Amino acid sequence: MGAVSGSVPGAPGSTAQAQALLSRYAENIVWLARYMERIENLARIIDVTETFTRTSQVENGWRSILQINADEAEYHASRQDADMQGVAEFYVLDTANPNSIASLINTSRENARTLRPLISTEMWTHINVFHNWVRQLTGEDIRSSRLSGLCARLKQECQTHNGIIEGTFYRDQGWYFYMIGKYLERGDQTTRLVDIKYHTLLPREAGIGSPVDISQWSAVLRSAAAYHAYRRVMPRALTAPAVAGFLLLNNASPRSLVLALRQVYGSLSQLRTDYGLRQGGIALERLEELRAALSDQTIEQIILRGLHEFLDWVQVELRHIQNDVADAFWSVAPTGQRAEPAAGTGMTQEMSGMTQSLGGMTQILGDMRQHLDTPRTG
Amino acid sequence: MSGGPDPAAPGAGAAVDGLFAAYGAPRFFCEIMKGLDGEEPTVQLIRERLRGLDVAELRRRADAAEAELYNLGITFTVYSERDAIDRILPFDLIPRVLTAREWDTIERGVVQRVTAINRFLWDIYHDQAILKDGVVPRELVLGNPNFRPEMMGLDVPLGVYVHVNGTDIVRDDAGRFLVLEDNARTPSGVSYVIENRHMMLRVLPDLVAGIGIRPVEEYGVRLQQALAAVAPAGVVDPQVVLLSPGIYNAAYFEHVFLAREMGVPLVEGRDLVVEDARVFMRTIAGLRPVHAIYRRLNDDFLDPDVFRADSQLGVRGLVDAWRRGNVAIANAVGTGVADDKAIYAYMPRIIRYYLSEDPVLDNVDTRICREPDGLQYTLDNLDRLVVKPVGESGGYGLIIGPHATRAELDEFRIKLKADPGNYISQPVINLSTAPTLCEGGVEARHVDLRPFAVTGASTWVLPGGLSRVALKKGSLVVNSSQGGGSKDTWVLS
Repeated sequence: MGAVSGSVPGAPGSTAQAQALLSRYAENIVWLARYMERIENLARIIDVTETFTRTSQVENGWRSILQINADEAEYHASRQDADMQGVAEFYVLDTANPNSIASLINTSRENARTLRPLISTEMWTHINVFHNWVRQLTGEDIRSSRLSGLCARLKQECQTHNGIIEGTFYRDQGWYFYMIGKYLERGDQTTRLVDIKYHTLLPREAGIGSPVDISQWSAVLRSAAAYHAYRRVMPRALTAPAVAGFLLLNNASPRSLVLALRQVYGSLSQLRTDYGLRQGGIALERLEELRAALSDQTIEQIILRGLHEFLDWVQVELRHIQNDVADAFWSVAPTGQRAEPAAGTGMTQEMSGMTQSLGGMTQILGDMRQHLDTPRTG
Repeated sequence: MSGGPDPAAPGAGAAVDGLFAAYGAPRFFCEIMKGLDGEEPTVQLIRERLRGLDVAELRRRADAAEAELYNLGITFTVYSERDAIDRILPFDLIPRVLTAREWDTIERGVVQRVTAINRFLWDIYHDQAILKDGVVPRELVLGNPNFRPEMMGLDVPLGVYVHVNGTDIVRDDAGRFLVLEDNARTPSGVSYVIENRHMMLRVLPDLVAGIGIRPVEEYGVRLQQALAAVAPAGVVDPQVVLLSPGIYNAAYFEHVFLAREMGVPLVEGRDLVVEDARVFMRTIAGLRPVHAIYRRLNDDFLDPDVFRADSQLGVRGLVDAWRRGNVAIANAVGTGVADDKAIYAYMPRIIRYYLSEDPVLDNVDTRICREPDGLQYTLDNLDRLVVKPVGESGGYGLIIGPHATRAELDEFRIKLKADPGNYISQPVINLSTAPTLCEGGVEARHVDLRPFAVTGASTWVLPGGLSRVALKKGSLVVNSSQGGGSKDTWVLS
């Protein structure tokens, strides 16, 4: 390959020499990354909500988690009040809920099992041990006195996972797909957090800058591991727009939307330059537009034009990017092959995943619904 | 060599005997107490080191091993049956030891047997000389459900049908090695051999230290090389893959293990596609050619065009691509006819027929009831023999003479006379035993041995093999489903 620019010194050889990654593996890697990231975000949100509801009188503290995940209907199908016990059980223990930590770790483990030929023994062992630990959790472990400790442990396990990935995952195509999955999920989670919190926390009786308001916005920052950085960078004010702006547009905060998009962009670019995988171009173009939209305006402008609508659009774009990646790398029917019956593009993971556990299946169906709801432009 | 081994003497003193305090006098040939090579000094040393451990210490280490297997997700768990599918053989820490001379016999015997099996398969799928010469009855081969007419005339590369073979070997009262069964289809268990060694080195480093043990690490490389050797000629760097039925297969752990050791992708049927009689795998960079497939899928599921039309696990057009020489498949289709019980009985004659040599390893003394002498002998000694049906019937209709009532024997005699061609008979073999950590301490348990042979340009036998142990007292059944475990097998260098 003649192109020198962008290629990493010591990268594992030219395209011709690089061992081609099975499409199925790429797909599984993306989902493993997404599920593990989702677990961490869930733990963060449960933790911050627990702090929220304990330290202040918020009417809908626990309901907001259901709103973030669009799970209200599902929740109320089997439960009454959106209180701590119910919501914590729903999101930690309930294997009937495909978005619970118990279900997510099951699905993660299934994905890791499929990826076992590719991933390190340390990585597999940790997921397995993590899974075994989650499986033995009971109602006792989510009582209010223990919930925060439980969330701390969950976060820690996800961070251990990330550390093992960092230290042991071979840096070839698989690594970039992991990064794509992880940061697509993280970007999505951050927009959800901002969307829900911004609207539920916007001041009503209490004025801007009231003690309640401030403590709640600091909790939101904490849930995104951004509190201290925010304080350091913007010591003067803790306002709703400033916090939303920090979480979305700050280009150094590890969980900000802008940073997540930069990581996805970087990974897709590496796949293109180092491995000659040009079919990621469509996703890259879409990312460029999205990033431009974020850099072209201030948070004040975004809020003025409608924060909720904007975040909605971002979420739709993120789903498009996921689909573009799927189309580019694992959904294309090979030439001369009969078309997969009824399967739209981007659905192979979902389809194959359906043979997995029932819990996983519901999750996957959820994803499919999302996918199909997404209007397709290309 | 001082003072003769006789550790068997009861009451020899717990302090002296340590680990073997409760072992007593082995009733059968003991793998570690009796050596046929006189007193091999290394075996003596291993025995002394074992004596130096006590049961509590050994148990602590066994627990550590168990915990590790649990964390690796390859062991039984107490929570649910669903998780039990990966690791089905518990690991016993006390190794099974084979001297260099013992191994030499086994190795030569296995190579000879695999060579004969490959010659036999070539013959029955081409000229059928052995059938014409009446050495093996024609209907036993052609009427066998594992005989695949689709294979007639197909010239497999290097004449190799069985690239991976497992030979089940037992040891009788006199310490003779005898072949009990050939496994020429998709034999499993080799991952335990290597994993058990790793576990042994981690958990009992003090037992292993300084003892020359033949390594088992080479297996993956050898297998990869064998597959590359049979790949279509002219391909410079052939792409080898391992074809697995997927994560719900009982041997998935082994498939993963082997793919990793071979350094090749683990693919499922849906990852492969045949176009213009060539095999490709679906990758993120598009379709990439595949040249050799180590398949861990049964014949029936391999290609819905040729075999079971409803198979979701296989690859349409695969056999056609293979017939045209565009891809290698290991093991070949149709090898099941060679490891059938009916053919097993003829194996000594098959070896002589093709190789003009006497078998290095004998069969268990097997009588073929379709032959008048064999039938007469079997009828006369029914109460002392195991009589097995041949073909596909598996364990059904088997009778163990010493355990049967008179009425059962009489009833069986009628069945046998009515259809003698369906039966073979063998004496009950008192399998050798090895000291094993049991609930009550270290006790003697019966063991067998499955060495693995890899054949490409030539045949290579992994030093050692899978030693399975019947954990139930007195049991001769080493199968995992019947409470079997496994041991690390040491071949001394």
